[in-house]
Amino acid sequence: MAEMKKYPTPMLDVLEDGPWPSFISGIKALRDDHPDERIRNVNNGLLGQLEHSYETRMGYWKGGTISVFGYGGGIIPRFSEVGDKFPESKEFHTLRVQPPAGNYYTTDMLRQLADSWEKWGSGLQTFHGQTGNIMFIGSDSASYQHFFDEINEYGWDLGGAGPCVRTGMSCVGAARCEMSNCNEQAIHRTLLNNFTDDVHRPALPYKFKFKVSGCPNDCMNAIERSDFAVIGTWRDHKKIDQEAWKAYVAEKGREHVMDNVISRCTSKSLSLGDDNSLIADETNCVRSMHCMNVVPKAIHPGDDKGVTILMGGKRTLKIGDLMGTVIVPFMKLETEEDYEQLVEMAEEVIDYWAENGLEHERCGEMIERIGLVNFLEGVGIDPDPNMIKQPRNSSYVRTDGWDEAAEEWFNRVREQKMAS
Amino acid sequence: MSAPAAKKVMREPIESGCPDGFQYMHPTMRRNYGQWKYHEDVQPGVLVHVAYSGEKIYTVRCGTQRILDVFTLRKLMDIGDQYSDGYIHFTIRSNMEFQTDDESKVQPLVAALEDAGFPVGGTRNSITSMSHTQGWLHCDIPGTDASGVVKAMMDEFYDEFKSWNMPNRVHMTTSCCQINCGGQGDIAINVQHTKPPKIDHSLVGNVCERPSVVARCPVAAIRPAMVDGKPSLEVDEKKCICCGACYPPCPPMQINDHQYTQLAIWIGGNHSNARGKPTFQRLVAAGIPNNPPRWPEATAVVKKILECYKEGGRDWERMNEWVERIGWPRFFEVTGLPFTKYHIDNWRGARNNLNSSTHIRF
Repeated sequence: MAEMKKYPTPMLDVLEDGPWPSFISGIKALRDDHPDERIRNVNNGLLGQLEHSYETRMGYWKGGTISVFGYGGGIIPRFSEVGDKFPESKEFHTLRVQPPAGNYYTTDMLRQLADSWEKWGSGLQTFHGQTGNIMFIGSDSASYQHFFDEINEYGWDLGGAGPCVRTGMSCVGAARCEMSNCNEQAIHRTLLNNFTDDVHRPALPYKFKFKVSGCPNDCMNAIERSDFAVIGTWRDHKKIDQEAWKAYVAEKGREHVMDNVISRCTSKSLSLGDDNSLIADETNCVRSMHCMNVVPKAIHPGDDKGVTILMGGKRTLKIGDLMGTVIVPFMKLETEEDYEQLVEMAEEVIDYWAENGLEHERCGEMIERIGLVNFLEGVGIDPDPNMIKQPRNSSYVRTDGWDEAAEEWFNRVREQKMAS
Repeated sequence: MSAPAAKKVMREPIESGCPDGFQYMHPTMRRNYGQWKYHEDVQPGVLVHVAYSGEKIYTVRCGTQRILDVFTLRKLMDIGDQYSDGYIHFTIRSNMEFQTDDESKVQPLVAALEDAGFPVGGTRNSITSMSHTQGWLHCDIPGTDASGVVKAMMDEFYDEFKSWNMPNRVHMTTSCCQINCGGQGDIAINVQHTKPPKIDHSLVGNVCERPSVVARCPVAAIRPAMVDGKPSLEVDEKKCICCGACYPPCPPMQINDHQYTQLAIWIGGNHSNARGKPTFQRLVAAGIPNNPPRWPEATAVVKKILECYKEGGRDWERMNEWVERIGWPRFFEVTGLPFTKYHIDNWRGARNNLNSSTHIRF
């Protein structure tokens, strides 16, 4: 084994102290102990450059444009600006790979991925990046195509990068959570795999993210972090197991239950009976989850399950943080037709945004610019009072279409009544 | 005419998209899909879910360094093979979860993870793993490192990861630029630039698509200009809010600086609809030095805020709910953090963030 000249890393060494697992120790293990000289060298270069960043407090990677054959995205190119100092890692691209819906893996699959990655890459990976991709960090320009070809053969595909539909996320969901109200994985895969072309070939105004959470606890951060948030909910009454509830009250005492459950209900829809039963005003339950989060043994979501869809969430750039807005208060997702309807809606929204969004403008920013009503009319969705916190407070509005709009409202109400 | 050179045949990709997770699920989870009744928290880091069928699945959650080398990954896989039938799951905060339906394997699994250096915890009212970005390790626009900040902080809060001492769960995030890939958190440690970009006018004309750079600026502070006879861009430094939005599309507009790129701390971001509606995080502290390798100044502020929350928060109150109950003046009083003109919003919709009532705590 040729002797390697190790770059000194006095600042990074400090991050090996302390109890939390150290990423520096991991990179050093690759540098020092990996049987493949290429991997030892690449990680030596990486540590050298990272130490240089720590010393100068600056980053030294620049982007570029590369992709695998047939795709336009999915890879984050990284070329070092200090490659002359640390030539071993001067090309250090990341491949974004879509995880299975729900992030379930077998150890066999992860070993298989690790074996391929060792052959072609640095030996460093992350589960997962903030969009939800598996990040294979550190491949050079000669290798990334080989790595992709190899893992693509056994079932893995690239995620999105650039102005395109991005990799989606779904929670642990129905597989292991009693709060689940929908088939999160089916929704995630149905949506994402309908837009495979838009994932691989960036041609939209900017990024577009789908996220699926099985209940309003929204563990996938869908409302704040996705353009299209699908959140499981139910529209009948929640299920209360009075026996289990009374056992909880007996164990904790009435005062504790008043302080921690009854008085904490957002819509003040709970009260405690003299016989310690739980009394719920179901017409005012807003599905704010607290009671079932505290007493999951006694309170369960209802049986008439479905989803609420919010659109337009995103982080800061350019106009400031935006939460998603309710666009569909409730829809069932059970039959094939239900799923088709969901996909059609997503297509409608993406098409409308692709046509009307400005360059680098997220869907939510477009809605902000053109107003929700124009968006709704553009995608063919009727206004609904669940979309708003409260009606407008400004009188600057033209109302000369009022009578027709009111008639449409009454017609819709009549149709809904007849349908139910 | 010479024969055309043999062209290398490239392999066509299989556009399989997102793989089906169902096949990779623990069989007990597959059997009881959508049929879970309730769960119990056995101990920090350990959950048991009970299905209507009566079957149970135990979950053991551990923290890792997130940037995993193949050795560490294989070490974790060995543990999975031995104790969780070879099935694992990752949470959104990069915690790793091992599942088993065999109760007798739970404590040995916890011990195996702890022995291998992976803390078991991160459930319920703990400080769970921090969401973070790529930082100096891999990003092209980072103002700081991310993995390093997280390592330094989690060393400090290691015991809180492994216990249930907080009023409710604490989600922390960190981001190495103001785009904030780390997202909303109960506490977010984010880069805050404090000086306008330094422009290399010799490069702008060739490297940057100038109209789209002009369009990126949130405050319209950038305009095209000729500098030294070359087409470039100039920044109205009085208008500039130092957000760095121009830097990604135009690298010659360097926003990062070893001194003026600093850290700010934001609190009260909460994604959940539990109790209240989701909330955005709020600026509480800025001017914190970007001080590798351990960022002690940032850690000290975070620690102080967490101590106050731990002491003052009621059961189930997330950070934002605690502050909402005690009020912002009290927050600044108990944490000892200065309240400044920079805390007062002046972006669009700012007046919604001002107090238009006589509701004042004395």
